[in-house]
Amino acid sequence: MTEIPKEEYILKCTSACAGCPSSLILRYVLKAAGPDTVLVVPACCTSVIQGIYPNTALNVPVYNVAFAAAAACASGMSEAFRKAGKKTSVIVYAGDGGTVDIGIQALSGAFERETDFLYICYDNEAYGNTGMQRSGSTPVGARTTTTPGGKTHAKKDIDAIVAAHNPSYLATACAAYPQDLFKKVGKALSLRGSKFIHVLAPCPPGWRFSSEMTVEMGKLAVKSGIWILYERESGKVTINGPSKAAMIKPVPLEDYLSGQGRFKGISQKAIDALKSQAEQRAKHLQKEAEGIC
Amino acid sequence: MYEIRIHSRGGQGGVTAARLLALAAFRDGNYATACPFYGAERRGAPVVSYVRIDDRPIRIYSQIRNPDLVVVLDPSVMEVVDVLHGLKSGGRVLINGATTDKIRGCPAYAVDLTGIALAEKLVVAGSPILNTPVIGALAKMGIVSVDSAKKAIREMFSDERNVRAAEAAYRELVI
Amino acid sequence: MLTIATGNKAVAAAVKEVRPEVIAAYPITPQTEIVEQIAEYVTSGELDSRYIPVESEHSAMAACIGASITGARTFTATSSHGLAYMHEMVNWAAGARLPIVMANVNRALGPGWNVWAEHTDSFQERDTGWLQVYVSTVQEAYDTALMAFRIAEHKDVLLPVMVNLDGFVLSHSMQSLETVTPGDFVPPLHLPHAIDVTNPAGYGTLTGPDEHFKFRWEIEQAMRKSVRVIADTERDFAERFGRQYGVAEEYRYEDADVVVIAMGTLGKEAEVAVDLLRNEGVKAGSLRVRWLRPFPELDLSGRDIVVIDRDYSFGFGGVLAHSLMAKSRIEPYSVIAGLGGQEVTFDDIAGFVRDRTPGSETWFGVKGNV
Repeated sequence: MTEIPKEEYILKCTSACAGCPSSLILRYVLKAAGPDTVLVVPACCTSVIQGIYPNTALNVPVYNVAFAAAAACASGMSEAFRKAGKKTSVIVYAGDGGTVDIGIQALSGAFERETDFLYICYDNEAYGNTGMQRSGSTPVGARTTTTPGGKTHAKKDIDAIVAAHNPSYLATACAAYPQDLFKKVGKALSLRGSKFIHVLAPCPPGWRFSSEMTVEMGKLAVKSGIWILYERESGKVTINGPSKAAMIKPVPLEDYLSGQGRFKGISQKAIDALKSQAEQRAKHLQKEAEGIC
Repeated sequence: MYEIRIHSRGGQGGVTAARLLALAAFRDGNYATACPFYGAERRGAPVVSYVRIDDRPIRIYSQIRNPDLVVVLDPSVMEVVDVLHGLKSGGRVLINGATTDKIRGCPAYAVDLTGIALAEKLVVAGSPILNTPVIGALAKMGIVSVDSAKKAIREMFSDERNVRAAEAAYRELVI
Repeated sequence: MLTIATGNKAVAAAVKEVRPEVIAAYPITPQTEIVEQIAEYVTSGELDSRYIPVESEHSAMAACIGASITGARTFTATSSHGLAYMHEMVNWAAGARLPIVMANVNRALGPGWNVWAEHTDSFQERDTGWLQVYVSTVQEAYDTALMAFRIAEHKDVLLPVMVNLDGFVLSHSMQSLETVTPGDFVPPLHLPHAIDVTNPAGYGTLTGPDEHFKFRWEIEQAMRKSVRVIADTERDFAERFGRQYGVAEEYRYEDADVVVIAMGTLGKEAEVAVDLLRNEGVKAGSLRVRWLRPFPELDLSGRDIVVIDRDYSFGFGGVLAHSLMAKSRIEPYSVIAGLGGQEVTFDDIAGFVRDRTPGSETWFGVKGNV
């Protein structure tokens, strides 16, 4: 087992909901990053979780910035630190809306310029901070306040979009696998250039499951194969252990869906679509991992 | 104040000619401004640039209505633009070409700037460079000194062929 | 050094002298020459800055903000639609008390596409907490850009400064320029609230009404204090380099019965109109307002006033005219002119003075105008 530092950078006074995956993820991100770190946070749940001025629950500097601006702000910050000869890690910590929707232009620009930073998208598959409206990252069939009948479009494949920028490092992670996340953040920060980690964040109030089930829901996402843990380094794909196991013997997707109120009454057509999307993604990643494509 | 209007087509260097002329006038110890009038920045469209020369600071930004001198870098613009419009009585015209036939009622001068540019192989993207030779012609007309004209060209261009082209225009223009 | 340059190149030359650590910019007509020249300086090594070729103006200001909060000196330049696109971050920069300097090359907003001079683009940013100054010559663009860094970074100000120059008319006009060696005229930047990883703080966190109100009041206090900082900076600049402009530049103003007030290059052209009118026996003068924010307190009593606005606030009026009406309690003849690069000559300006009707507004060149 990897030794996880005892130091806490997220203090016990957050305004997070019970069972919040975002603060759980951030806890391990910061343990891996250490104190010489600045977080750049666009509008998202973490804007609220860190507390109300003049208090802050975070023990590293946090620069809150406008919704669409995180990656660009981090670009300027990273360049200024490097110009001053400082190695300070610049980490964007953004939700899915701020990443796949309104922030995608700045994200693309920063990666194209090979900005030396780590971009972490914690993905609860909707605009959680404003009460669960659909985002580009909401999966098909999921009910949100703006898709009361279930979303009719597929989840945007942000990983493929980011991969097209040839980042130094790209990985997926999940709130239910903190050791794996810790290792990936450490690896990302050891590399120069633009790094991206996409973390699934099962959200109790948003997905409508009880707050002690966050970790369980994350495990089901991985075990059912709807969320695949992998890394992409200099073009080479490695599928991580839990997902390798899931590819051999997955748990039924229905086990994952049935525990969430957002999928209540989901049509068979939407379930089939989710399954086929998951299968295709798995096949493609397996081929890439085997060096076939 | 002495006011010059330069007619050319986008890409022929009319704007640079105005800037070179202003720089040369400035090196003569005068005040000078070069104000291009920009339309859409397309190659080949007729464009106008303005140069004002004075012994006092120049505070006028509006276009030149009554020029003392009109310079036509591309005679084909005369088919679409009245280049003599507003020319002061006693004002002069300088044309890039072999003849001043088309100009009536005012002193006009012609010099083959295109030929000079081609002779020096001053061609960029298929177009002869007219902005440096024209400064030689303007020096001959007494607008700026020969020394300042050469100084200005050398400040803006490292290729000595530009100076030679200006010298050739100075020699060839008959006043 | 005495040379000749365009307004754009003068701004770039001033930026080179103060050596910002980070410059982030996106090209837009007619600002392009500024970013091209800066890229050239950085590539040739004349300027040791990090130049970030961002993918939009929104990101240009965001990158300046990210760099500035580390304590770095920053610069950007834009125009028109770029400034409008940047608007959200323009607010953020001032609210975060970051002394970013930006050149804005004034240009009309579409539709239709129009690349020529108009002040509406920057006037739309007037309530964001930025200091705004408008220049009228190449030399003034250079001098003011230098002064802008010192004013923005002053401990009593710590607000961003926008230096505005008229698109094409000034940005692309070539005039004489005396460059200077600023030395300690612009001292190193010390940002008191710069990010310090050894003393972590939250920036821009959720803020309640009381604290928000207090922060807004602090911006206003800084804005008021900037009046003295601007005056001190101008005085020191004059002592060192021999040129001074003032919050508003007067021309034959002292004994004038009628005064033309304008901004930017039209304010310079107005001086020629004043000479013309004086020759006709009209005791005319002119006043070129340089600072839009903080807006100057001008004593204009006992004179006829003609205000030229190269801008308009629809359903309201010319912004300069109405600002002067409110601040200086005058009833001017308000002329709306020069929008979208409309040609306005000194003859036209003399005409405004001759035809003035105090208390009314006219749109120059528009038939049947109010």
